[in-house]
Amino acid sequence: MSKHNQLDYLDELEAEAIHILREVAGQFERPALLFSGGKDSITLVRLAEKAFRPGKFPFPLVHIDTGHNFIETIEYRDAMVKRLGEKLIVGSVQDSIDQGKVVEQKGKNASRNALQTVTLLDTIAEHKFDACIGGARRDEEKARAKERIFSVRDEFGQWDPKRQRPELWNIYNGKIHKGENVRVFPISNWTELDVWNYIRREKIDLPTIYFAHERDTIVRNGQLMAASPVLNMDEDDVIERRTVRFRTVGDMTCTAAVASDAFLIDDIINEISESKISERGARMDDKVSEAAMEDRKKGGYF
Amino acid sequence: MDILKFITAGSVDDGKSTLIGRLLYDSDSILADQLEALHSSNRKNDDGSIDLAILTDGLKAEREQGITIDVAYKYFQTDKRKFIIADTPGHIQYTRNMVTGASNANLAIILVDARKGVIEQTIRHSFLVALLGIQQVVVCINKMDMVDYSEEVYKSILKDYNALAAKVGLKNVHAIPVSALKGDNIVNTSANMDWYKGESLLHFLETVEITIDASTEHARLPVQWVIRPQTEELHDYRGYAGRVSSGSFKVNDKVTVLPSGFTSTITKIELLDKEPEEALAGMSVTVHLKDEIDISRGDLLVNSSYQPEVSQLIEADLCWMDTRALDTTHTYFIQHNSKVTRCKIQETLYKVNINTLEKEYNEDFKLNDIGRIIIKTADPLAFDRYQDNKANGGAILIDSRTNVTVGALMLRNVAD
Repeated sequence: MSKHNQLDYLDELEAEAIHILREVAGQFERPALLFSGGKDSITLVRLAEKAFRPGKFPFPLVHIDTGHNFIETIEYRDAMVKRLGEKLIVGSVQDSIDQGKVVEQKGKNASRNALQTVTLLDTIAEHKFDACIGGARRDEEKARAKERIFSVRDEFGQWDPKRQRPELWNIYNGKIHKGENVRVFPISNWTELDVWNYIRREKIDLPTIYFAHERDTIVRNGQLMAASPVLNMDEDDVIERRTVRFRTVGDMTCTAAVASDAFLIDDIINEISESKISERGARMDDKVSEAAMEDRKKGGYF
Repeated sequence: MDILKFITAGSVDDGKSTLIGRLLYDSDSILADQLEALHSSNRKNDDGSIDLAILTDGLKAEREQGITIDVAYKYFQTDKRKFIIADTPGHIQYTRNMVTGASNANLAIILVDARKGVIEQTIRHSFLVALLGIQQVVVCINKMDMVDYSEEVYKSILKDYNALAAKVGLKNVHAIPVSALKGDNIVNTSANMDWYKGESLLHFLETVEITIDASTEHARLPVQWVIRPQTEELHDYRGYAGRVSSGSFKVNDKVTVLPSGFTSTITKIELLDKEPEEALAGMSVTVHLKDEIDISRGDLLVNSSYQPEVSQLIEADLCWMDTRALDTTHTYFIQHNSKVTRCKIQETLYKVNINTLEKEYNEDFKLNDIGRIIIKTADPLAFDRYQDNKANGGAILIDSRTNVTVGALMLRNVAD
């Protein structure tokens, strides 16, 4: 006898993600979880607890630190790692700059966002990671909409959209050659709203910058940016104190704020439900060209 | 609220991308910045209206060629349900992409051009939907605006389609006359077809029942990972982690571990700090057993009273997905749930011409070919017949030379 589906959508998404995390544990020798400090990777951490507790995680957390992170993100990260008792590996973009592996961008729109790809690939090589779990979602952007849950990268970290493996049922093929690695996206099928509803249901603590707060801001290319020493400012920039929040947690140089009075998670969920701008609309790094994300994925970006 | 996953089968010419675009657009599922990008694009329809197909065209290569090459996933929700669309290409050279998208779908929308009726590709798409075991089918007879919204045209096509559905073995078929371009019967019922008394497509999708296989006969849990903290306080803790693929398990159920055949009893079901009494199909859980027996990743826990087949010689339907042809002398990997073992093709029985449904007797399986084979596996597999239990009847073939997934297998029965 079959019966009506009894799983609520959040239970179903959760179960799928846990299944994917356990496949990573079962199929790879040296996996890692890429932790950005953002709500998506924080959700991944909760899912990993569901997948592996009371055992330890079968992978370390890896943070690629641009040095331009919001201080709130770093504080959150360190407190979380302490609570979990899991291993954290930090790959530093500043180190890559100091070693001369990358050159810092100049000018008003300078950002370390593009540089972190190099640090990420170096960190993967140094620790010989064969699988990197990330919090990307298919609803974020149209190139991501076509990416597999197990996404094979060549030795250069590149994604080749035309040579993706067929991915059938919930069977994930993680077989790779030496030097290759796999990016794994357990919450591929979640939307931004799903993540927020899950965070509310699970009562997950988040970095404070996700909630409305007062901050010095400037307007850059029509978007609200946090005024900070890492943003190249000049006399044209007018600093103004505004009540804002951030919808994603990236680099301070490329993550725009939105004016918001959402002080509580319920406010945020209401705001998103009625929102007229998609989440990545507040990320300047996608705006460079219409195919920006596809190009960066091919280059080894998360 | 639950989730409906569906696939759309049709080609660019049938207005498939337009149909999906229309569903998203008319259900207010497009956000402001995406809408802005849509309006600012150079691509317009002949009458100057915005080209909704842009919403589903993801990759540069596709934009250049104006076709959908890969599977694109789209998400939208109404207050009734969440939807995941697998948008797959319709041309025959992308059959493998359609099979990929169809493997996870609860429902298929098959598009038929009202001017052309049931054609070769309609046969192909319907055959694939039946082969992949999708339970619900909606036939959208599209471009009704191009045939003056004629009821006669609709009825004539429907008659042809019902004959086809019977031939390929599709059971739950529902038909709707639509115009994706004009929006007729997509979100709202159309004033242009007052002879049609049924629901709009979206209303149907919101209300169609999604069934899961929750029968205890099919209780299956592939073990993915064994949790053994081996700390002082949890010295004897041993939890078997996996996702119930079908059926359901309860505490005190007698279970058998396959392929070893050991039996035990479930003492506890866990999900972090919760201890549910029952683990339903689709749930990821950790199971504890009364007896300490040897269980590792790749093993299958089943209800002892209802066991699947266990065999090394299995007849299966195959969809070949690689540019290099099937090599009957080569040893492949087969992955079934969390189990991976080596296998060979013992025999190729026949291929199916998926445009005419006729059998062909040549063993040369090339890209997108579909047919029946017998495989021989190094370790025995504990499987169910795919058409009875998709979750425990599907498997993939992996080429050990390239590590690429080269075939989809729908397992059928133990071969003699």
